Amino acid sequence: MTLLTLLLLVGLAVAAVRVRDLLAATAILGAYSLMMAVLWCQMNALDVAFTEAAVGAGISTVLMLSALLRVGAKEGRRGSHILRHPLMTMQELATTMRRNEARRSAWGSALVCLLVGAALLYGTIDMPRVGDAESPANTHTKVAEHYITKSHDEVGPANIVTSVLGDYRGYDTMGETCVIFTAALCVLLLLRQTGTARRRDED
Amino acid sequence: MLDVLSHLWSHYHYVFYILLMLIGLYAVLAKGNLVKKVIGLNVLQTAVFLFYISIGRKAGGTAPVLWEGKPETVPYENPLPHVLMLTAIVVGVSITAVALALIIRIKRGYGTIEEGEILALDEADARGES
Repeated sequence: MTLLTLLLLVGLAVAAVRVRDLLAATAILGAYSLMMAVLWCQMNALDVAFTEAAVGAGISTVLMLSALLRVGAKEGRRGSHILRHPLMTMQELATTMRRNEARRSAWGSALVCLLVGAALLYGTIDMPRVGDAESPANTHTKVAEHYITKSHDEVGPANIVTSVLGDYRGYDTMGETCVIFTAALCVLLLLRQTGTARRRDED
Repeated sequence: MLDVLSHLWSHYHYVFYILLMLIGLYAVLAKGNLVKKVIGLNVLQTAVFLFYISIGRKAGGTAPVLWEGKPETVPYENPLPHVLMLTAIVVGVSITAVALALIIRIKRGYGTIEEGEILALDEADARGES
């Protein structure tokens, strides 16, 4: 079952990256997130599944759509956009653009990806098999065992993830809230139209 | 050769995670459209989440929600990676939000969100000033 979901995920990821219409890409990314939520369920990570479905498939998609509303939904082919610049003729601009395109060639990127992939595959040699209850992540310093056996007496909720999130690692959650606050501030400051900018836009 | 194949077979989960991560990385590197880069970043990020959750798995384990019986006797999954990835998902959405805001801002300033065109306009400006 997990294998099927993983195959679907790879297919959806490829489709999201390849499709030229950005609106379609966003929709496929939403489907990818939802499929990811299914996979989390299969991996017994229920809280992660909830969050992925609500935040990944929901809020993320809404954010993308509202951004596309402002920037247009078509991914340009090479040099498809007509640019205007006071100091350069159209031809010069097109030449510079082609040179920049060549600098970021698809083959170079593929080569980098292959090298990274090879290094990561080499790294899996040291990894325990998935599902190994004796793996270092499950046994190291017995911290996971402590959460499982003691959380009910020490904190209370039946959901161990809730106990860890709100109590044992509460500072992490506070840090997360700070990150969201900072991100909201950044978005507000970036998108705020100040007086001079608005006047310039109107010109 | 047989060793390599049997290793890949027993660790096939990791192979899929790496594949997903590379798809994301390729989009970030090779795509010129900035929104496409953000999509790639999202894919890359979920691959990392998958990796983290999978190292806390136990064969035949159950979701870390306390059920009947003593906790010691039930094979609950490791809850710690779940908690860490919950935080990471939310942080990931914050990154997406800031990135999209930057893209909107770039569109306002340059009139395009294609990397090649933005660089061409920058070069034109630089030549105009010198």
